[in-house]
Amino acid sequence: MEQLHWVRFRCQQLWAANHTQGWYSPPRPVSDKYSPQRSAGKRRTVLARWGPHQDEYHSISKAYKGNAIRTTKYSLLTFIPMNLFQQFHRAANLYFLFLALLNWVPVVEAFQKEITMIPLVLVLTVIAIKDALEDYRRYVFDKKINHNTTKVYCTKERDYIDCCWKDVHVGDFVRLSCNEIIPADMLLLHSSDPRGLCYIETANLDGETNLKQREVVSKMEEMEFVPEDFHWRIECENPNNNLCRFRGYMENPSGARVGLHNSNLLLRSCIIRNSEAVVGIVVYAGHETKAMMNNSGPRYKRSLLERQLNTDVLWCVLLLIVMCLTAAIGHGIWLKQLKNPIFEVGEETSPALAGFYVFWTMIIVLQVLIPISLYVSIEIVKLGQIYFIHNDVDLYNEHTDSRIQCRALNITEDLGQVQYVFSDKTGTLTENKMVFRRCSVYGVEYPHYDNGRRLEVYSADKEEAGRCSLTPRSSSRRKSLSCRSLSCNHSSVSLNTLTADSEEEEELSCTSQCRPSALAKEVVPDCELVTKLSWLCAPDLNVAHSCAKASSSLELAFITDFFLTLAICNSVVVSSPAQSLNVLPQAQTPLRSLEEIKLMFQRFNLSALPALPTLPPPLKSSLASKIFTQGKTGSFTVPKLAAEGCDQTPNPEHFSVNGVMDAPGEEEVPKLMFPEAAASEDAGAVEPEDTVLYEAESPDEAALVYASRAYHMTLKARSADSLQVELPTGGTVQVPLLHVLPFDSNRKRMSVVVRHPLTGQVVVYTKGADSVLMDLTRSPTGLQLAQNVYSHIRLQTQKHLDSYAREGLRTLCIATKTLEEEEYEVWLKTQLLAESSIENREELLLRSAQALETNLTLLGATGILDRLQEEVSETIEALQRADVKVWILTGDKQETAINIAFACKLLCPSDQLLTANCEDKESCAVLVQDFLHRVTCYVPDDSGTGSPSTGSPSTGSPTTGSPSTGSPSTGPPSTGPPSTGPPSTGPPSTGPPSRAGSVLVIDGHTLDWALQPELQGDFLELSKHCKAVICCRSTPLQKSQVVRLVRDKLKVMTLAVGDGANDVSMIQVADVGVGISGQEGMQAVMSSDFAISRFKHLRKLLLVHGHWCYTRLANMILYFIYKNVMYVNLLFWYQFFCGFSGNVMTNAWVLILFNLIFTSVPPLIYGVLDQDTPVDVLMAHPEFYQRTRTSKDYVSLMFWLNILDAFYQSLVCFFIPYFAYRDSDIGELSFGSPINSSALFIILLHQVVESHTLTWIHGLVFLLSAGSYFAFVLLLSVFCVTCSPPTNPLGVETMQMSQPAFYLVCILTTVTALLPRLMFLALKNSVTVRGAEQWSHSPSVRGSCPDVEPTGPVLS
Amino acid sequence: MITAMMASSYNAKEEDGHHSGAAGHGGAGADKSRKPDNTAFKQQRLPAWQPILTAGTVLPAFFVIGLIFIPIGIGLYVTSNNIKEFEIDYTGVDSKSECYACARNFSWNSTTPCTCSMNFTLEQPFESNVFMYYGLSNFYQNHRRYVKSRDDSQLNGDPTALKDPSKECEPYRTSEGLPIAPCGAIANSLFNDTLELHYVDSNGTKVEIPLVKKGIAWWTDKHVKFRNPNGNTNLTVAFQGTSKPVNWGKPVYELDPLDPENNGFINEDFIVWMRTAALPTFRKLYRIIQKKSSTTPTLPSGRYILSITYNYPVLSFDGRKRMILSTISWMGGKNPFLGIAYITVGSICFFLGVVLLIIHHKYDNRNTSADIPN
Repeated sequence: MEQLHWVRFRCQQLWAANHTQGWYSPPRPVSDKYSPQRSAGKRRTVLARWGPHQDEYHSISKAYKGNAIRTTKYSLLTFIPMNLFQQFHRAANLYFLFLALLNWVPVVEAFQKEITMIPLVLVLTVIAIKDALEDYRRYVFDKKINHNTTKVYCTKERDYIDCCWKDVHVGDFVRLSCNEIIPADMLLLHSSDPRGLCYIETANLDGETNLKQREVVSKMEEMEFVPEDFHWRIECENPNNNLCRFRGYMENPSGARVGLHNSNLLLRSCIIRNSEAVVGIVVYAGHETKAMMNNSGPRYKRSLLERQLNTDVLWCVLLLIVMCLTAAIGHGIWLKQLKNPIFEVGEETSPALAGFYVFWTMIIVLQVLIPISLYVSIEIVKLGQIYFIHNDVDLYNEHTDSRIQCRALNITEDLGQVQYVFSDKTGTLTENKMVFRRCSVYGVEYPHYDNGRRLEVYSADKEEAGRCSLTPRSSSRRKSLSCRSLSCNHSSVSLNTLTADSEEEEELSCTSQCRPSALAKEVVPDCELVTKLSWLCAPDLNVAHSCAKASSSLELAFITDFFLTLAICNSVVVSSPAQSLNVLPQAQTPLRSLEEIKLMFQRFNLSALPALPTLPPPLKSSLASKIFTQGKTGSFTVPKLAAEGCDQTPNPEHFSVNGVMDAPGEEEVPKLMFPEAAASEDAGAVEPEDTVLYEAESPDEAALVYASRAYHMTLKARSADSLQVELPTGGTVQVPLLHVLPFDSNRKRMSVVVRHPLTGQVVVYTKGADSVLMDLTRSPTGLQLAQNVYSHIRLQTQKHLDSYAREGLRTLCIATKTLEEEEYEVWLKTQLLAESSIENREELLLRSAQALETNLTLLGATGILDRLQEEVSETIEALQRADVKVWILTGDKQETAINIAFACKLLCPSDQLLTANCEDKESCAVLVQDFLHRVTCYVPDDSGTGSPSTGSPSTGSPTTGSPSTGSPSTGPPSTGPPSTGPPSTGPPSTGPPSRAGSVLVIDGHTLDWALQPELQGDFLELSKHCKAVICCRSTPLQKSQVVRLVRDKLKVMTLAVGDGANDVSMIQVADVGVGISGQEGMQAVMSSDFAISRFKHLRKLLLVHGHWCYTRLANMILYFIYKNVMYVNLLFWYQFFCGFSGNVMTNAWVLILFNLIFTSVPPLIYGVLDQDTPVDVLMAHPEFYQRTRTSKDYVSLMFWLNILDAFYQSLVCFFIPYFAYRDSDIGELSFGSPINSSALFIILLHQVVESHTLTWIHGLVFLLSAGSYFAFVLLLSVFCVTCSPPTNPLGVETMQMSQPAFYLVCILTTVTALLPRLMFLALKNSVTVRGAEQWSHSPSVRGSCPDVEPTGPVLS
Repeated sequence: MITAMMASSYNAKEEDGHHSGAAGHGGAGADKSRKPDNTAFKQQRLPAWQPILTAGTVLPAFFVIGLIFIPIGIGLYVTSNNIKEFEIDYTGVDSKSECYACARNFSWNSTTPCTCSMNFTLEQPFESNVFMYYGLSNFYQNHRRYVKSRDDSQLNGDPTALKDPSKECEPYRTSEGLPIAPCGAIANSLFNDTLELHYVDSNGTKVEIPLVKKGIAWWTDKHVKFRNPNGNTNLTVAFQGTSKPVNWGKPVYELDPLDPENNGFINEDFIVWMRTAALPTFRKLYRIIQKKSSTTPTLPSGRYILSITYNYPVLSFDGRKRMILSTISWMGGKNPFLGIAYITVGSICFFLGVVLLIIHHKYDNRNTSADIPN
């Protein structure tokens, strides 16, 4: 067993190697793709190729690979030996080789020596041809790549000269211009950008289309770069495949060191964007580049069916051994009885020895009983199945122009066996198109009603547009490509050079289509907030005279800081089609003196609070209008207007955002909504700020930046060390950026450390998940008043966060902290240490970041809307009806997750909701036990509301913040839809009674306990009783742990679906990993088995393709085994009449080719084309899916029934001719002829009987199969005089076929052999009514929620 | 310079999306939609026949099969019964048998052939051509190593194979340093009894019945497969330098010295023997007794004498030797099995048809349509 598994594994590996489309063989397991490789002590030193240390350069670089790539496996000379060597690693070939060799042993020899070579030679040739073709394709591709040209520095010419990629060496200086592809991994040494920045697009590498910023190695940007004078010595780690990590340092002759990190590295096959020219030194070339090292072929997994199959193959082996032993013993006994027979050839051998020889002979004769070729057939069938899945137009997404990608080639049938679906939420169930929805600052909620209304209108509009205009969309997509390149071309052009406004207009219209959706960009500001912001600009008197002066000033400061955080605490790339705003415009003329702004800012400086500045500088009355005087576009005092009449009058400001929209359908909305403002559109449309576009790695970042822009806190440009922010007051300030502590999933937050442009203080702005940030925020010590205010803010904010989550919004907290200079100095030291260290850099950085992010002041929170994808609820409903359990594993808040679950009908109002939030293990254990007890006793209440409300049996201490957590809450009321939604807590009195179930909601903490070995059992038991499980706040690791637990302990087929990097581990663990190619890059897709573009595709993928693939393959395997057993048994029965000597009644050619050619295609066709149930029935009745799974086409019973049938058929097929020709002058081959022919008919007709659908393709294949057989035997009987030595086929078939007895025997045999199966099927189908009708007569009884109003107004 | 670059690369046309963008951006692929073709084949919507086997649909087939098979079976049975066949065992196992002595005292080396004769009576006259067979039992001519022990090239007249027979012929490849022709175990064990048939007419005189020895082998074997080296003339010379098979009394070129068309490798008795039998009990065509006239039967009923030159030993392996006289029909020799089998299977089908009819009526009337339009 173990052996066979190993053999199978090996076989697969080699298949994998054979299939590798890409580059790198052998394929490495995907799991280590992102794991850091330990390469301590092994470093690579790089010196400039033409630098002063020539000798050293040559000695060092000898070992480094050149940039030429060779992905071919073979060369002309080595092809045959290498390919043979490769192929003989495969078990199947070894088996054939073993048989061939066995046939060379004279005493054992069964056929002529050549004949046993045929299967081997045939398989080897076919695969060799395939390999050769693939290799040639790779060769051509390599050649093309290697001959790309790039500019490389040459000392002789003292200039950059054109050079082929393949001639680039480590240590070369390469100069690249915009839009050029990077030929090798290079360190960025020089950029035309004055700040030493450069942008690369990594789409070729990971599919992410946003630009990534790369910066020149620090200290290099300061000096003029002259390749000749480059004396630095680069020490970096050895080549590895980690795309996200690069460490090293550069050392100059004097010993000064500069740290190198990932952002200095330009990766091969990425494209330079937005930078006129860059120069880099090659550090890794060719196969050592990260891009090349990351290339791995398709994934290979072993499907469940194949594992089952192995057991049956073992039975076949056993059967073979039994048959061979029978023959061996029979031969021994037979020989013992004979004395000096005249037909005995050769010397006397003892019966035992002769029996032993016969054993081996029989193994050769009966070789096809082991369906080794079945494995090859399965591969082919799966390729066919994948072809059809790939070509399914229903799984095609017009928006992204993407089909389903099948990355794993051999687990198609597992799609038909899935019992558990683990789904990510964001981007999987939802669009992952983040839209700023509402926010809370200073404990005050700003509901953004207009914004909400806008979203609703938009979604309605979009649906209409989506229905009718498919072509415009794809065309706009095409446009985007050209836009991208344009934007780059323009990058080198300063705004001033653009003279024609019309050009710019065109530009805008183009880009607005291709950049992040307009929906995300336009945010309708909340009136109240706008009003408050306007105080900022209002004359001081207004503020001073307001009653809550202090508090408002504080609030104002909070608001400003809040939006400042939104604007700067991110990693978005600012770009503009007209001008690269990543280059800070030098010739900038501030609207007002810096002094003025500074003074203004000091009014609400956070550090100066709560005591207001005693001397507010008197503002000139003209200030207000001056503030809002915008560039060249004339003046209108917008904020005032907005502040006065915001309820009825829309804020004209938003047209400056809106005006650029021109997508069909969307354009009308704002005009209709705000007709009076339309007039001013012309004026607003060309405001320069609108040309700013943001490209963010995660969509919610972009949403926040756009939101802050809506409040005129606009991020204008970004460089490595500073940010340019336009303030609501109209001025633009430089914010010196000291550090960015990027987001990571452990910290769940990101921070920026900036020097406040006005106060000059060092300020930390942090944005992160509320669960962590709420714990990190502390009330600053100070006045009692402040204490009170802060705790009030905290309380309020928490309340708002909870309500956001209930609405299904994604929540983020915003916090800040002002550092004292000394404090900063101390921290700076640790940070610099961490940054420059090569070892443990990640841990040190993490620790350093954690040290900084403490005692934060909570500013506020944001709620971002992520709408549900289309048909999600239908899909989930279908899956549940198919008895597939759907779990949601999300990192989001509990309330958010529950709300989404409601929205997608995973959760019905009538369901019993079991919420588990525990702080320690004991309480968790008790809770799980209690739930278990409750679930098993739970009788669903038809009324839907009567879910028993219980006290808190949990001993778990309530978690901080939410008072309701810690106690299990039941029923929907506790998590009911937000107040704005239609009341759905009431019983759906009209709907049919649905089967209410229990839904377990468990949070990350509790999950940790539940996953402990002691509690696992109970947890699983509980989850088995639950209709669905929702795990919220779970980390990627937990996701994979949950999947692993269910997969291993429940022994079920699991499917994980996700779209982001945080789902990768889960996708890899699950039996079937499905990646959704969405907004978050390609990491999930890269690690998945199947990549789809929408969640709804899962429905057809599983219910139809999964079902088909499974039944097809199962039936094909059964048929294949049946076919082999049936045919081989004919030979076995003959042994009883030839003294068990291992003789066969067929020509050896026919015998070998019978399986290899004549009957090989029908099973393949069967496995690819058969449809046991039509597609519409499968889609309409998901119950079929479950039926297939539980009834199991491929189980031992079916296997043995088939074997039995095969035995019966072979008996009939052998003994009818036997009795018909008994005691006649029938010759050996003449006897075999009707047997073979009837076997062929039986085998083909058997398939006709078994097939559920027959198309012309089937007919053609059957005809070809039969035709090829008869053509072959007839040719043999006409032309084979001495061609097939011991046998004498000449004239046999022509003689036989001229006799009526032949046909009589064939007909009788075929009919008799097929009778029982025909009868069995007829009876079975008559007694058990065909499912389609059954399902269509009975209404669906399971699972789904009755139709209730969708929860939450915004989720529809 | 910068402006120049921009001007050159900026082109109003690009705006319209005709231009596929920058280098390396997969220009060609961008324009073509990746939408799968909506064809019946690719969408798996090929028109298909869905054979739903239910009692209702299968039932007619069963009746039809029954109705066809039973008449065929009856026909076959009658045909088989009309075939005359006579069989006599002359092995000489029994001590009362005339050939007992010959069987006991067998030796390959004996120069004087042992003869014996057996009397038998045909109860019914044999009308048409009568085929005379010898039958062997428990003779495994299909033994794997026996079957292989031949050289087809040699038999095909290949002069090199004549002098250097295939290894397969071992241990009957050479004898006393000379290659054996024909080599191998099959040839070596050639059936060499001679059978003669005499009719004892009413007045007791023995009339020899003429046995035709040509036309008993397949035409293809006689004319294509088997060939003498150097044609059929002067076989003695042609086979010079070869040795006779060890069991044979005379060399291959003396198998039928009188008829050059039936001598050497193309001797029909030899050819018939060389086509190995499928089963251990078999018969091989020995002679044909041709019908002389339409009025008199080929073999009238009455007493016959079978004279045997007993050369072939079978007792050592418990074999039997028989002589068979048989007429044949269009379907071959006498064999009632096929007829009975057809009748049986036909009846079973008919019976099953009835069972299905009952089931069909009992269970469903819904599944009458076999074709669900796709």
